[in-house]
Amino acid sequence: MKIIILGAGQVGRTAAYHLSREEANDVTVVDQNEDILRDLQDRLDIRTVNGNASSPRVLEAAGIASTDILVALTNSDEVNMLACQVAWTLYRTPKKIARVRSADYAERDTLFGENGIAVDVWISPEQLVTEYVARLIRYPGALQVLDFADGRVRLVGIRALQGGPLVGQALSTLREHIPSADARVAAIYRAGKSVKPEGTTVIEDGDEVFFLAARENIRVVMKEMRREEAPARRVVIAGGGNIGLRLAIELEGKNQVKLIERDGKRARRVSEQLKSTTVLHGDAADEELLLEENIDSADIFAALTNSEEANILSAMLAKRLGAHKVMALINKPSYAELIESGSIDVAISPQTVTIGSLLAHVRRGDVVRVHSLRRGAAEALEVVVHGDADSSKVIGRRIEDISLPEGTTLGAVVRGEEVIIAHHDTTVQADDHLILFLTDRRHIEAVEKLFQGSASFL
Amino acid sequence: MKDILLPVAHVFALVMMVFSATMLAPLVMAVWELDPALTSFIISALATFALGALLWLGTRRFKRELKTRDGLMLVALTWVALPAVAGFPLWNYLPINFTDAYFEAASGLTTTGGTVLSGLEFLPRSINLWRHLLSWLGGMGIIVLAVAILPLLGVGGMQIYRAEMPGPMKDSKLTPRIGQTAKLLWAVYTGLTLLCILCLRFAGMNWFDAVCHGFSALSLGGFSTYDASIGHFNSLTIEMVLTIFSIIAALNFATHFLAWSQRGVRAYFRDAEAKAILGVLFGSCIGVSLFLYFKGTYADYPTALRSTTFNLISIAVDSGLHTQDYSRWPIFAPMWMMFLSCIVASSGSTGGGIKMIRTLILAKQAHRELNQLVHPNMVRPLKVGGTVIANRVVFAVLAFVFLYFMSIVTLVFLQLASGLDFITSFSSIIACINNAGPGLGLVGPGSNYGVLNEFQTWVCSAAMLLGRLEIFTILVLFTPTLWRK
Repeated sequence: MKIIILGAGQVGRTAAYHLSREEANDVTVVDQNEDILRDLQDRLDIRTVNGNASSPRVLEAAGIASTDILVALTNSDEVNMLACQVAWTLYRTPKKIARVRSADYAERDTLFGENGIAVDVWISPEQLVTEYVARLIRYPGALQVLDFADGRVRLVGIRALQGGPLVGQALSTLREHIPSADARVAAIYRAGKSVKPEGTTVIEDGDEVFFLAARENIRVVMKEMRREEAPARRVVIAGGGNIGLRLAIELEGKNQVKLIERDGKRARRVSEQLKSTTVLHGDAADEELLLEENIDSADIFAALTNSEEANILSAMLAKRLGAHKVMALINKPSYAELIESGSIDVAISPQTVTIGSLLAHVRRGDVVRVHSLRRGAAEALEVVVHGDADSSKVIGRRIEDISLPEGTTLGAVVRGEEVIIAHHDTTVQADDHLILFLTDRRHIEAVEKLFQGSASFL
Repeated sequence: MKDILLPVAHVFALVMMVFSATMLAPLVMAVWELDPALTSFIISALATFALGALLWLGTRRFKRELKTRDGLMLVALTWVALPAVAGFPLWNYLPINFTDAYFEAASGLTTTGGTVLSGLEFLPRSINLWRHLLSWLGGMGIIVLAVAILPLLGVGGMQIYRAEMPGPMKDSKLTPRIGQTAKLLWAVYTGLTLLCILCLRFAGMNWFDAVCHGFSALSLGGFSTYDASIGHFNSLTIEMVLTIFSIIAALNFATHFLAWSQRGVRAYFRDAEAKAILGVLFGSCIGVSLFLYFKGTYADYPTALRSTTFNLISIAVDSGLHTQDYSRWPIFAPMWMMFLSCIVASSGSTGGGIKMIRTLILAKQAHRELNQLVHPNMVRPLKVGGTVIANRVVFAVLAFVFLYFMSIVTLVFLQLASGLDFITSFSSIIACINNAGPGLGLVGPGSNYGVLNEFQTWVCSAAMLLGRLEIFTILVLFTPTLWRK
């Protein structure tokens, strides 16, 4: 697929990296900073064009005329929307995805589409990250919580700890432990390596377990993996930027929220938009301030400022001062790897959260949702199967008869409103949503092929 | 050093195996003609493949993704080592020593076209086909070919592509994927070659000569199947066909591709290099032909124009085919041709030398410096063809030109020290480093490089490789930091 990415910022670069390593994609990146482009070109097999992202001449140089997908990820909403409009008006580009941060634009659905600005999909990384953090807070103990089928099914990543009833037991006993709730373990990582989840596999202390379950069953299953933690009540947020503010708005009804912002003016603006949240003006890495605000009784400390170094340090400090669980927003994958095993409980990577929503649009076949996991090495996706028993390689077959590529687990089937956790004898029907987990992203093409069906349905 | 060299050797082994397949062409020719060089080609093809396979298996443990420095090393290694492999059938079959065989193969691969062989028309056809095929493969670049057909050279491909493609600005790709870009360039190159072969056939050559000279023309190689080169045919039509295709080959292939995809010639008018090249060639042809006419070298003007046009353009674009022994012309004319050979070819073409774009950049830079003296506060970016050239590029060009001249000076002194006369020393180095072909004096069109002794031949081989890889890629091998961990 021919893809143009506008903007080589954090998200743009990550998108270029993820998209270009798939053989089938031709990626061109447009940015105004020549140095960044040169560096990018040295590391990735892509074309780069220097210039203003919404200029028709620049878009032409990037090959817009034959492009399938335009992804506008510059840090200006206006440039992104204009670029999509230009691409549609002048070149009829089939799919246009824009990053629209400002909720002011994003929440007005009629602004985009047929009679509005020609943007097919708009994503707001800040919104996605906020939702992601909010889900993590809702399920204490989880490393990752990802939605499928509009949230009916969730994929949860969790570290198994001594004390969970299932730890030290074979996976097949899960059903006996919790007969009422059905769940499927999709992947197990032990010391960074994937272990194939089979009935006889024994879960060990410290394993990173990914399981799929219907939304209402998640808490029960989590309890099997580690001792249940009390739901978070007191939350301290460091950084009153876009993400911090949105998270506070999301949480303030249910939780006791404190928000620390360094900039006085910004703190004032933030406080105007919040109701019950305590907004504090100060430095999140200030020991006195944290102690004064009873950091030792905080259930969650989330460092969400723009500076990842500051996030890491303030999160570490908060942990030492007694915060129960600390999270930090970290852009650099190498940092995330460095700290997640140490004193910070959860590293939140905005790019990984965002990239999934882009990947869903470049996948062949009817892919509704993609979540990138483990820094892009693994992937979880929701595929809709179309056709009938003759044209499709999966419809009408039992799961044990479907030849899935290596490292791929079919975790759940969503049929209409019903969530069916996959067992070997489950039969796939037309229009089912299948939730798959790939421990090795390199098999993605085989998976795409399997679900694409015959040519008549393309 | 082991950790640096062996991963590169692993990829080089693949290149070798691919290269052994190209020996099948002369092999088939030899079977067809039942000519005596058959066993040489069979041995060479098998030996090359076996060596490559052994090297590949032996270095498999060291397989990893190529980094920038590996790319440079791969290109340099390939170009230094392949002539030895490619020269093997020549050495095996012909009564020549290894030095000469290496020179002949390097001359082919670097598209120089100077030869050490005489009695070309009496060689087996398979040997001649092999010489011309080497030129043709070297023209667009062995590594670019490898990038096109071996998908494993993905990201590292850009680095090695840059190390092999001529010209100062190589960041612009025709397509996002480097492999596709390489494929397109080869497609354009192959298409034009086929067209040239057909034209030559219709102009009166037999199929074999048409193929060989088509290879020579598009690669700007300069090998011929006759000692008298194109003079053998004495045909105005053939000369015109070859001149036109030589000029085409001296222009940027990316421009050809653009023109093809836009179905129009607008791309050429936008290419500052192309305009400059055509202008310089046109002016020089008129000027030199008038000079020769008034000097009395040729009795009538049309003959003077015909001889000048073919030979001057051929040398200027670094091809090296010839119809006349122009070394007998008054010294101004051949020297002017030598000068043109340094600057005329375009970046991204199959020609050699400094390249027109660098000449233009330096001329504009000189102009800017002059203006700056008059208007000290003037702000003026350096533009070529309407595009602003970054200072970084200007510095790289300056460094390149310095190294280019220093290489010439050093190599000329080596030739002089070995006992050659000045004209031969100077012209042999100029002709080799620009990949032009015949020089003047002892190595002029009437004679060939066979007269040089072993040392002098090696110096010429070195000059050809330096010129083909635009000096940096070879010299970087002698940079200590490259070999440090």
